[in-house]
Amino acid sequence: MKIEYYIFLSIALFCIGIVGVLTRRNAIIVFMCVELMLNAANLLLVAFSKMHHLAQKASNPTAGTDGQLFVFFIMVVAAAEVSVGLAIIVMMYRNVHSVDINFLNRLKH
Amino acid sequence: MSKLVYLVPLLPFIGFLVNGLFRNKLSKSLTGIIGSGVILGSFIISLLIFFEVKQESFRPVIVSLFDFINAGKLSIAFSFQVDQLSSLFLLIITGVGFLIHVYSIAYMHEERNDHFARYFSYLNLFVFSMLLLVLGGNYVIMFIGWEGVGLCSYLLIGYWFKNTEYNNAAKKAFIMNRIGDLGFLLAVFWMIAQFGSVNFADVFEAAPTTSVAVLTGITLLLFVGATGKSAQIPLYTWLPDAMAGPTPVSALIHAATMVTAGIYMIARSNILYTLAPVSQTVVAVIGLATAIFAASIALKQNDIKKVLAYSTVSQLGYMFLALGVGAYTGAVFHVMTHAFFKALLFLGAGSVIHAMHHEQDIRNMGGLKKYLPVTHLTFLLGCIAIAGIPPFSGFFSKDEILAASFSSNIIYWVIGVLTAGITAFYMFRLYASTFLGKFRGTEEQKHHLHESPVTMTIPLILLAILAVVGGLVGIPAVFMENGHALEHFLAPVFAESNKLKEAHHLDHNTEYLLMGISVAIAVIGIFAAISRFSKKPEALKPAESGIGKLLANKWYVDELYQAIIIKPINTFSKFLNRTIEKNIIDWIVNGIGRLLQYGSRQIRWIQSGQVGSYVLLMVVSILVFFVIQFFF
Repeated sequence: MKIEYYIFLSIALFCIGIVGVLTRRNAIIVFMCVELMLNAANLLLVAFSKMHHLAQKASNPTAGTDGQLFVFFIMVVAAAEVSVGLAIIVMMYRNVHSVDINFLNRLKH
Repeated sequence: MSKLVYLVPLLPFIGFLVNGLFRNKLSKSLTGIIGSGVILGSFIISLLIFFEVKQESFRPVIVSLFDFINAGKLSIAFSFQVDQLSSLFLLIITGVGFLIHVYSIAYMHEERNDHFARYFSYLNLFVFSMLLLVLGGNYVIMFIGWEGVGLCSYLLIGYWFKNTEYNNAAKKAFIMNRIGDLGFLLAVFWMIAQFGSVNFADVFEAAPTTSVAVLTGITLLLFVGATGKSAQIPLYTWLPDAMAGPTPVSALIHAATMVTAGIYMIARSNILYTLAPVSQTVVAVIGLATAIFAASIALKQNDIKKVLAYSTVSQLGYMFLALGVGAYTGAVFHVMTHAFFKALLFLGAGSVIHAMHHEQDIRNMGGLKKYLPVTHLTFLLGCIAIAGIPPFSGFFSKDEILAASFSSNIIYWVIGVLTAGITAFYMFRLYASTFLGKFRGTEEQKHHLHESPVTMTIPLILLAILAVVGGLVGIPAVFMENGHALEHFLAPVFAESNKLKEAHHLDHNTEYLLMGISVAIAVIGIFAAISRFSKKPEALKPAESGIGKLLANKWYVDELYQAIIIKPINTFSKFLNRTIEKNIIDWIVNGIGRLLQYGSRQIRWIQSGQVGSYVLLMVVSILVFFVIQFFF
């Protein structure tokens, strides 16, 4: 499959994520949108990694593997982020009985 | 012995430190012993050095102590130069200086202990600086001493610092000296640029191959420095005001240290001046103008110390005249004899002031002859010496200068002789109104009149002997072949200059005639003064109008400087303070503050606390970066 398809898909995913983060006020949805953006990046990494590997297989058998490694790192980070973020959201819900991020502006005062 | 030359300035410096640091602990007698003892030590070492230098086989020695400045190609060593000229000055400074120190012990005995020690520490520092000045092996070391004497004169003139007037006199001395020092400093920089060295030896060696214009520039700048330090027109007004200090300090400033610095510097750089005839003429003209100008002011002064101060300015003018006409030996000779009789006269005046309980106005004196016999006799000898009556010391040195100026330009000689006559007149006016006639002070002063203690009279007597016989080291050739021991002694220092100068010898009859005229004029001056002032105190009344009033007010030079220099500067400073400072500088400073406050208030709105708006800003910023990255 041509690399362009992967690129377009990941741009679409990333934009959906951005719009979601900007427009939605529910913290959980915002979270999901952030995950969407991360995975858009993951998708691109894997696609490019595969492309490089195919192109340089003859001269370098391990070409492009580092892109795939990055994906694992991003997944780990994302998992950690989710666990912390969800914990925050749970705490927030306990305190204000809402997951609306605009409630958080009260931290300012 | 000349290897130990560093001890000469070091001893006074130790004296300065000890007296200065332990001033609260030392007793007066101990302070006096330390203060005078270190100078005596220096004197003895100087004497030993002198005898070594005196030997025929002696060659100038340069003692390098350490590197002072080492930058790039320029290397300035902290070095001392021992040769005929510096060893002679060492003797004058430490010898006369020592007598003044001894005299001070009695003169200052009324001061509190710590002030007494402060006085002696300053005095030692003064001698130290002056020794550094004359010993320095290059212009930079000389400059250190040059600045040091300026500082010490400030400290000592303002010694009684509770008196505002005295403080002002001290400041005046310091500032006027600074103006001159700037010229000196510029000359040193120019030398570094031109010769790449400030060592005397290097500079003098390179001088003959340098263009005359450059040498003229350098020598004129050096001379600006000399006018400040040696009180020549236009920077002389500090010296009469310097009388605010204690009298022995005046003696030290006027006789042994400070004012002779300019003469020494030019005598040391004689080759530069000989190669720059324009500068020589400037030096001669300024010296001559100062000589007659200051002498005319001295005619009408009624303060015993002021008369002596103006006479110093006038005599320094003579020395510059000598330097200007190329009679370097004559100038140094006159420095020496002047040191003797001027120190004597100042110390004598101090003795009078001491006896009169700080009365300095000669209108309130008179008839002190029978109360102060020793002071009277020594003072009289000093007056005769300065008036130039043979065979006293002043005669020989003054005559040498006049003879040299005669063969250079007859106008110089005419004015010089006229000045000599005026000098004789005002010195004997001073003498007659102080010691002759009837006592004009109060009854109480009369009751307390007493001869000064022995520590004061012994220096007077010693100086009087020197003032009488000091001239015999320079007997002119007309009286005795090879009689001029000083010229013979100093010949190596001025050898290069003498080679360049065309030899001129007055025939003996002319020389006798010149001597005869100058002595006759001096004698006329003396008798005119004595007959006029010894019996008639009303002759001292200030003149109401005309030239007398002009002279009594010192030609209004101070007022002139006040009007054309100080006032405009003050007005300008006020303008800067009120207009520029308040309206422009303050406005800029406050404006920056206000701008920042306003700006911060505007930027504060961005921090809304809305998560959405933060994220939006983030995205917008990233987009902006992308746009910049791709399209610009």
